[in-house]
Amino acid sequence: MIVLGIETSCDETGIALFDSEQGLLSDALYSQIEIHADYGGVVPELASRDHIRKILPLIDEVLEGAGLKKTEINAIAYTAGPGLVGALMVGAAVAQSLGLVLNVPVIGVHHMEGHLLAPMLEESPPEFPFVALLVSGGHTQLVKVDGIGRYELLGESLDDAAGEAFDKAAKMLGLDYPGGPRIAKLAELGDTSRFHFPRPMTDRPGLDFSFSGLKTFTLNTTHKHAVDGVIDEQTKADIAAAFQLAVVDTLSLKCRRALRQTGMKRLVIAGGVSANESLRTALELMVEKERAEVFYARPEFCTDNGAMIAFAGCQRLVAGQYDDSALKATPRWPLDSLPAVN
Amino acid sequence: MSEVHNLNYSTVLKDEAETVALGELLSKASNGSGIVFLHGDLGMGKTTLCRGVLHGLGHKGHVKSPTYTLVEPYELAENTVYHFDLYRLAEPEELEFMGIRDYLDQQALSIIEWPEKGMGILPPADLELNFEMSGMGRLVRWHGNTEYGKSVATKLMNLCSMER
Repeated sequence: MIVLGIETSCDETGIALFDSEQGLLSDALYSQIEIHADYGGVVPELASRDHIRKILPLIDEVLEGAGLKKTEINAIAYTAGPGLVGALMVGAAVAQSLGLVLNVPVIGVHHMEGHLLAPMLEESPPEFPFVALLVSGGHTQLVKVDGIGRYELLGESLDDAAGEAFDKAAKMLGLDYPGGPRIAKLAELGDTSRFHFPRPMTDRPGLDFSFSGLKTFTLNTTHKHAVDGVIDEQTKADIAAAFQLAVVDTLSLKCRRALRQTGMKRLVIAGGVSANESLRTALELMVEKERAEVFYARPEFCTDNGAMIAFAGCQRLVAGQYDDSALKATPRWPLDSLPAVN
Repeated sequence: MSEVHNLNYSTVLKDEAETVALGELLSKASNGSGIVFLHGDLGMGKTTLCRGVLHGLGHKGHVKSPTYTLVEPYELAENTVYHFDLYRLAEPEELEFMGIRDYLDQQALSIIEWPEKGMGILPPADLELNFEMSGMGRLVRWHGNTEYGKSVATKLMNLCSMER
């Protein structure tokens, strides 16, 4: 079964073709592709969330990449939530119209299910069950995954996501966007022992996170050490190092707690922050001690993409699940309310 | 708009708890509708204030930062609240792609962080609050732009004088 996957829940327009027999056939993300005459000759910088102008050329792009015609698509999966309602509606309308014209089944996919299952697109995929840490600019969640559609939210950030804390701390230190890689680079020059940042919510039981306080702590530390509004380079590096260590320690400790609490031995990390080397090193050390394993998706499938939606949709479609022809756009959609696939 | 004029009222918040408390007072001063702009740099407590407003209106759960999602909707018993954060907008025009008009046309309370990023597309606010550093605490100043906003601004000051 060849499934067209459509992701338009927030900033990125991502499209992919996944075959239940052969695996991923092709995928494209707006920002990655060469823009040709499809968009009108000149190369316009289309704004984030301008999915309408990007979606059809991207669908053509993945079909061409896979050497397929539209009529060879067997089913369509699109992100039905959570996300921005206007952005979701674009994907839903295109998916349902195309489904009607091609007379193929259509299914609305949960965006976070896409992220959870993304590491299964890799060559040595994790087996069920596992614990997943979704850690990006928009999310910080720990989820127990017993199978497709069998999810239990173990904990999540009560305020800012970890990636957001990285971006904002970077901004406070005068670093550019995206903040994660910049902080990581600066932290290499820093002394982690000069400042001690709090490890939020680690001193009490539970698997929830809070990163907003680290942001305020960073702000207050920079103000305290600024001379005439300027902070010296070494102090900046020391703050970056202390900040990163606090985030990594917190994430690692909560992952260990989640593994112990569930008795599981497999940890899956997804989301943009999983690219952080310092986090990977800490998690690898942690799972070694726990006699567990850690799995990642490739970097381009850690952030929003169409491949994960095509994959997740395909798992449900081959099990016989699909939707009626209504446009489904669900800005808020609890992950644990999804139907299971046996 | 980088400057906020006619800041009639102000208070100093010494910590997070006082920021939440001011938000709760704001929920009492308002009638659960209108457009509120929150100005101020990163880490000033804008989202924390919004948490206070939401708790004041009966929301029991968490209040997540809407920085990446741009907006978090809250369907409460008596009100709908939209908590916007426009920090990541590159162009005000991007607001059209998220369907901003559909949100703001409703009878809801819209609290908007980083409204500067949406200037030209956003309608004017009823009430504006401005956060800045004051020692390790925060100085918050506010004023109303519309008749409704001015009445909320005055009520908020009165509630502050009574409770703080």
